[in-house]
Amino acid sequence: MASSELRNKPCGGRYGDIIEAIGHTPLIELKRLSPKPGVRLWVKLESRNPTGSVKDRVARSLILDAEDKGLIRPGQTILEPTSGNTGISLAMICARKGYRLKVVMPDNVTPERTDLLRMYGAEIVYSEGSKGSNGAVELALDMAAKDANYYMPYQYGNEANPNAHYNGTALEILEELDEVSAFVAGLGTGGTLMGNGRRLKEELGDKVKIVAAEPMQGEPVQGLRSLDDGFIPPIIDISLLDRKIFVTNEDAIIWTRKLLDEEQLFVGVSTGAIARVAVRIANELDEGNVVFIAADDGSKYFSSGIYTRPIEEIENLDSTVWW
Amino acid sequence: MATIKIPPVLRPAVGGEREISADGDNVGEILRSVVEDHPSTQAQLFGADGDLNRYVNVYLNDEDVRVLDGLETTVGAGDTLVILPAMAGGAR
Repeated sequence: MASSELRNKPCGGRYGDIIEAIGHTPLIELKRLSPKPGVRLWVKLESRNPTGSVKDRVARSLILDAEDKGLIRPGQTILEPTSGNTGISLAMICARKGYRLKVVMPDNVTPERTDLLRMYGAEIVYSEGSKGSNGAVELALDMAAKDANYYMPYQYGNEANPNAHYNGTALEILEELDEVSAFVAGLGTGGTLMGNGRRLKEELGDKVKIVAAEPMQGEPVQGLRSLDDGFIPPIIDISLLDRKIFVTNEDAIIWTRKLLDEEQLFVGVSTGAIARVAVRIANELDEGNVVFIAADDGSKYFSSGIYTRPIEEIENLDSTVWW
Repeated sequence: MATIKIPPVLRPAVGGEREISADGDNVGEILRSVVEDHPSTQAQLFGADGDLNRYVNVYLNDEDVRVLDGLETTVGAGDTLVILPAMAGGAR
């Protein structure tokens, strides 16, 4: 696509309510970070969703799917393990649609997430921070097993999660780019990678490489008793991935700052990690488009000081669940 | 000889070490050499089928060997293998 075709649509569209306005996010070229003239680097700015993250797509898909299947009714309590963004998205949607929401979250996430959840009226149950996100999943599954009144969408095991991308994000990318050499996203629940990966491979074949960037969990959050306490989200099909690369918290923050300094993008920590991997993949190519996902913006990470302090002064670098 | 980084959960099985060394030309050979030196890692690293335990991720430097050539992935002398438990990372 020639740069003359870059265009701003008159506005983001017209929608009946805030839930309908989810998606339709901008795709932005990053010319300064692109390592070679023939390789174009693009970021899909998911922070432009109503609550500020890609999880708006997922939460809407989870709730609409449950409604379509007759699994929930107004007034019911929805329960979900999350370290933040999915909870915030579910909280907004549940408030709008008249469901109660309880989220299970590690007690070492940044305080902005707690405030946002409470702001939308969600109830928070804290799980042990040293068990990371595994601990939140374990506690939520236990609570759901003991009380049949809860409906747990369970983003880790619900195909409505990848379907939000298969029927949304990926189509938006294909609408803008005829060719994609590599798609890079963060590996958390697996929804973004599975949904986009499946659609892009179907439409473009094997020439598109699907690349996962994953957090290298700091030792303080690897509180497992044995390896068999590990967790693999059921929606993940690893055979769809062409590469899977871990990024340390420190590198993720360095690249988050680089995105801010060089491309003026104010994004969350996972996007730093994803950008680092995307630029590495771009370096390995001679030409083509590399697309990566910015899952959220930086507003939920302000209190950590990552945008303003030298990296060696950031507290709890390894014990915080950043993404 | 490759360096192998050991996660906290596996350290009791290797005498508390954070990092060990082992010989081998590929991931499988190196991990089997680790098991020879530290037999109690066997049940943690490998499943009954002889393949990697599904909850163990092994990285060649920073890339998951499962999406490379698995246990057959070639390892050079200066490479590092990083063993990490499968975690629900990025659970946003």
